Amino acid sequence: MKTEATHSTSLIVNEAAYNLELLPWVSLLDVLRDEIKLTGTKKGCDHGQCGACTIIVDGKRILSCLTLGVMKNGSEITTIEGIANGEKLHPLQQAFIEHDAFQCGYCTPGQICSAIGMLNEAKAKTREDVQELMSGNLCRCGASKGIINAIMEVKGDYHE
Amino acid sequence: MNNFSYTKVSTTDQAISQIDGDIRNKIVAGGTNLNDLLKYFITKADKLVDINPIAENNSIIRLETGGVRIGALHTNADMAYDPIIEERYPLLSKAILAGASAQIRNMATNGGNLMQRTRCYYFYDITTPCNKRDPGSGCAAITGYNRIHAILGQSENCIAVFPSDMCVALAALNAAVNIKGPEGERVLAFAEFHRLSGDTPHIDNNLKHGEIITSIDLPAKGFEKNYSYLKLRDRSSYSFALVSVATGLDIENGIIKEARIALGGVAHKPWRSTEAEDFLKAKEPTRINFSEAAAIILKDAKGYEHNSFKIELAKRAIVRNCLMALNPESQRPGAKPSL
Ligand SMILES: Cc1cc2nc3c(=O)[nH]c(=O)nc-3n(C[C@H](O)[C@H](O)[C@H](O)COP(=O)(O)OP(=O)(O)OC[C@H]3O[C@@H](n4cnc5c(N)ncnc54)[C@H](O)[C@@H]3O)c2cc1C
Ligand code: SF4
Ligand code: FES
Ligand code: FES
Repeated sequence: MKTEATHSTSLIVNEAAYNLELLPWVSLLDVLRDEIKLTGTKKGCDHGQCGACTIIVDGKRILSCLTLGVMKNGSEITTIEGIANGEKLHPLQQAFIEHDAFQCGYCTPGQICSAIGMLNEAKAKTREDVQELMSGNLCRCGASKGIINAIMEVKGDYHE
Repeated sequence: MNNFSYTKVSTTDQAISQIDGDIRNKIVAGGTNLNDLLKYFITKADKLVDINPIAENNSIIRLETGGVRIGALHTNADMAYDPIIEERYPLLSKAILAGASAQIRNMATNGGNLMQRTRCYYFYDITTPCNKRDPGSGCAAITGYNRIHAILGQSENCIAVFPSDMCVALAALNAAVNIKGPEGERVLAFAEFHRLSGDTPHIDNNLKHGEIITSIDLPAKGFEKNYSYLKLRDRSSYSFALVSVATGLDIENGIIKEARIALGGVAHKPWRSTEAEDFLKAKEPTRINFSEAAAIILKDAKGYEHNSFKIELAKRAIVRNCLMALNPESQRPGAKPSL
């Protein structure tokens, strides 16, 4: 609802345009989950410490809990809901299934968005690099080994 | 978070007039520290001034002095991976990449990194006394759980440490901070930027409220041949330093011409010792000489119940990192120990 305190903000989320009236103190994470009703992006800690809220904004992986919706006016956003091609899973989604890369699944949307960002950045050469550059995503269930295995597999043929 | 208004500015002058010297008006850049502190009600704001659109503060330029000027609004990730920084100031690149996580580095800006606040647990817990958060209320850490706290330069008013990695490298490189405020422009040498806690633990640094960091200057000398950053912490990534060390060595014919050693995680600001750096001048880069330098740096160190281990840890980290600097290729991702 437009009030004196709100800011007109347009976001493109998973290729759909949203024109929103946002209060300045609402995090981008809460905008996605509560306003746009895309609840795939998870709130783990709400303080930048777990990576569950990772999304891709203007091509870069960031934490949606530490930014404000109003700060991202005009941005293009991809969340976990936007990465499959229709019924065809994204290669990372497929690899996560094949490598047993989750148990409860709560960290998984953030892990996958973060891995997409990492592969786009193209800075990781070795497995140790991948571990280091994925360290911003914690997994309480300890599926980390499967997660890194899944990413390593996709990394191998990612740029084909 | 408390309720605040929000405005975006596209020049430094607009930012200065929007802040208008009022302590309740806050600048937001990457938001990774400010938004967190707002959520905990440690910082309160009436207005957020979003400086991200200021194009003039978002560039890397080569200076006539041979140095490089890096914009305050450049992200930590863009800095660390910039070809000029990787080639000429690899120490800075390594230090940045040892901090936070890839997502946070994509958001965090250089100016915000200098301004980030301590990670002292009591500072974050608004139910406990803390002279930094609430001047005059006392320091809960001195008699509390002080594992991550200072061993050098602290006062009985506050034993917090400044948590940045990037700033440890900037201290070693003798960077300078360019500032613009209502009274015009000024430059602070990096050593003059952050403060010791002293009697004013609520003041982290010498930037006046209402002033804006516009850029950071790196001198020509980048120690690109012999450098290393080592970060020791409770988990091997995505965690703040217990002790970190940035070393730059200028070695000619097997003799040290100049040595720079800066420590992180041990004091209220990045820590250097002129005495230790002078001691290493004209000496051979050996384990024995590095141990001697480490002893000089830590000679006045004082530990508390839970952090005395840091004194020995820091000494060993200095020696280890100086040896790693002799062979920079040995460094592992995340500034883990190597060699
Ligand atoms: C979970 C987590 C882990 C982290 N781990 C590390 C780590 O290991 N090592 C490390 O070094 N850092 C670490 N950080 C901290 C991170 O590096 C800082 O939060 C970041 O650098 C702050 O930059 P920002 O642009 O997001 O600042 P903001 O949050 O936007 O601002 C921080 C402060 O700086 C002020 N400010 C910003 N820009 C300017 C300017 N140009 N002029 C004047 N004032 C300005 C703001 O007003 C505010 O007070 C971590 C952060 C988190 C959340
Ligand atoms: S060490 Fe400093 S920040 Fe921590 S409780 Fe004491 S006064 Fe506060
Ligand atoms: S919810 Fe954002 S990092 Fe945990
Ligand atoms: S699968 Fe449960 S937290 Fe990662």
